[in-house]
Amino acid sequence: MADGVKPRVRVPDEATAGEVIQIKTLISHPMESGQRRDDDGNLIPRSIINRFTVEFGGESVIDVALEPAISSNPYFEFEATVPSSGTFVFTWYDDDGDVYTEEKTVTVA
Amino acid sequence: MQVTRRDTLALGLGAAALAALPLRAQTANANIEAAILDFTGDAELADGGVTLTAPEIAENGNTVPIKVEAPGASEILVLAAGNPNPQVGRFAFGPLAASQYASTRIRLAQTQDVIAIAKLEDGSFARTSQEVKVTIGGCGG
Repeated sequence: MADGVKPRVRVPDEATAGEVIQIKTLISHPMESGQRRDDDGNLIPRSIINRFTVEFGGESVIDVALEPAISSNPYFEFEATVPSSGTFVFTWYDDDGDVYTEEKTVTVA
Repeated sequence: MQVTRRDTLALGLGAAALAALPLRAQTANANIEAAILDFTGDAELADGGVTLTAPEIAENGNTVPIKVEAPGASEILVLAAGNPNPQVGRFAFGPLAASQYASTRIRLAQTQDVIAIAKLEDGSFARTSQEVKVTIGGCGG
């Protein structure tokens, strides 16, 4: 399920040292729950993103375990501390083994 | 009227079906309890210390916005009591999380309680729940 999966994150470009910033992330993904049936009544197999992590300079910000009850196009909003200039690394893990990553650099003035 | 072998069988089947009905509800409860036990290790659950924000009425069960918050918590577990699979998500906060809050969108199959359990700084657990009325369920169909 690698087609059309597009991660999007919103992080401010600049921050002051130690500032608390809000991060919003969205990734387009159907999050097939494994509960639905197709027109012929066959169960559509589960295919979801099962883990989402955010790191900054190797240190964890948030690590989420996702279940099929998370809506399609999983959206997350949370807050992080920016200790210094660096890069946020966002990683989504798909059931099918695919890994999607996105990076955002924040400059501390 | 004579009671035939066939009637007796039918009666028995009916009774079994009736008995199985509450059993299904019990299985769902057992699933939640197992999920909670797995997270807390049978620790006591205090009230307070964790906040769950969810709408009172959700028109579309496919995307219900929720927000969980527990100052100082290391992890928050979210469960939906009335879903086929009660687990919703588990949020672990790292050292660079500025606050222990997260918001996301979840699926709810029907009107039910959404439960949040937080593992607090001192290792204790707090629990809260809120009922969300769902107009259109979000489980395929």
